Amino acid sequence: MELIREHPVLEFRHGRLVKFTFEGREMEGFEGEPIAMALHANGIRVYRETPEMKRPRGFFCAIGKCSSCFMVVDGVPNVRTCITPLKEGMRIEVQRGKGKIKLNHEGDPK
Amino acid sequence: MSAAAEAAFFGAKVMIVDSDLRLGGQLIKQTHKFFGSAFERAGTRGFVISDMLLDELKGYGDRVETYTNCTALGYYKDDGVVSCMEGEENYFKVLPKKILVATGAQERLIPFPNNDLPGVYGAGAVQTLMNVYGVVPGKRILMVGAGNIGLIVSYQLLQAGVEVAAIVEAMPRIGGYWVHAAKVRRLGVPILLEHSIKEALGKDVVEGAIIQQISPGCGFIGEEIHVDCDVICMAVGLNPTCELLWQAGCEMKYIPQLCGHVAIRDRSMRTTNPNVWVAGDAAGIEEASSAMVEGRIAGLSMAHELGYVEDKEYREKSALYWERLNALRNGEASAKIREGIAQVLMESSGGMER
Ligand SMILES: Cc1cc2nc3c(=O)[nH]c(=O)nc-3n(C[C@H](O)[C@H](O)[C@H](O)COP(=O)(O)OP(=O)(O)OC[C@H]3O[C@@H](n4cnc5c(N)ncnc54)[C@H](O)[C@@H]3O)c2cc1C
Ligand code: FES
Repeated sequence: MELIREHPVLEFRHGRLVKFTFEGREMEGFEGEPIAMALHANGIRVYRETPEMKRPRGFFCAIGKCSSCFMVVDGVPNVRTCITPLKEGMRIEVQRGKGKIKLNHEGDPK
Repeated sequence: MSAAAEAAFFGAKVMIVDSDLRLGGQLIKQTHKFFGSAFERAGTRGFVISDMLLDELKGYGDRVETYTNCTALGYYKDDGVVSCMEGEENYFKVLPKKILVATGAQERLIPFPNNDLPGVYGAGAVQTLMNVYGVVPGKRILMVGAGNIGLIVSYQLLQAGVEVAAIVEAMPRIGGYWVHAAKVRRLGVPILLEHSIKEALGKDVVEGAIIQQISPGCGFIGEEIHVDCDVICMAVGLNPTCELLWQAGCEMKYIPQLCGHVAIRDRSMRTTNPNVWVAGDAAGIEEASSAMVEGRIAGLSMAHELGYVEDKEYREKSALYWERLNALRNGEASAKIREGIAQVLMESSGGMER
């Protein structure tokens, strides 16, 4: 992982190291830290593909405001990965397009 | 946090919701020693100030309840209900007696081809990566903007061992304080005035950038300069985060000096919606020092409205905070802020329904 090892002012205290998957590939990150940060530390920068132009997107604001970092996490689309904490065994996937939201009740639209 | 501490001090019950994973807002990303006044803990590093506020809040025990990773989504004007979302799926509703909107700011982006490529990051995001989570943001960074944020984040990048290729600034002068500019210059980072980014290069991620000189009124001139970089850091200013204030029907005004739309407020930081207060960057982009005093003023006023503070004590304490606020806004650098505030401050609350 690309972590800062030495810093003149800061001392980083990371949590437990856990395993997760990105597009089926196993990776490691710190529990409780944002998914986007864990991915970046693993060298991953493309988190989503836009619906119309199919352009790659990474994160931008890292405060949950811009929608740039939406990914599919454990099957749930549109997850703001910059402020969603990483958990052991999470399944993280690039979001292609708008993502399909799971409904609590599904009727027939016609 | 300052408002919560103030209101809780007088006995009010406070619920804090924050979308981030920890409290502290911008402060937890700041490793440098703050400017401002001694009252507002100048000379102390930002993240230490945040820890001090957290300790203060802990002292109030159950009176202050905090929810992190929890976003306030909507305000329903008819009954004053606020809807919140914990994580991405758990929604709940709250009916607070009084509300403070202290949602801070959002980073601006400027238009240029490929500005959506992964690797074009807001300065705040770069700070979050490296200062909060200890992740190396990139190998070589191009900084866009030489205001205080651009200069400070450049210095922080160097501290984290990351190379800064250059700082480009569209204006003919440096916007931030000289001390910060001098520090990065001494470490060999060129600051190119009257230069801007023309294009980001790369297919899936940023692989470089083209920068060029600009002349006022004529756009790009001179030769294109190719910069090798894997991150383009945008430090081109902030906008107040004000969606909840619009939803609450607060009277809003566009004030360029405060960097966007802000709520009209009285001297207690109360907006034209009698149940809604505002403080900090959400009330106009300024500084942490003034944000914290505004928070104190709002917290005091909310506690007073709820009957927790005697009138005399309220008046005295409020006057004291205003003295501090005025002292902070006294300098030459704050002329813009003073102009902005003058346009949104209602001197008396006479015009408001209570
Ligand atoms: C690089 C840099 C250097 C700086 N240096 C200094 C300095 O030396 N001295 C100084 O005085 N100031 C400095 N500042 C400015 C200072 O950091 C800000 O002015 C200050 O943090 C503003 O405080 P705030 O509480 O208004 O907003 P913020 O600190 O931005 O906090 C807003 C909080 O609201 C949360 N939030 C937003 N929307 C929602 C929602 N809908 N629901 C729930 N939560 C939400 C956010 O997650 C965040 O935690 C600096 C800023 C930067 C970027
Ligand atoms: S990066 Fe902006 S919402 Fe996550």
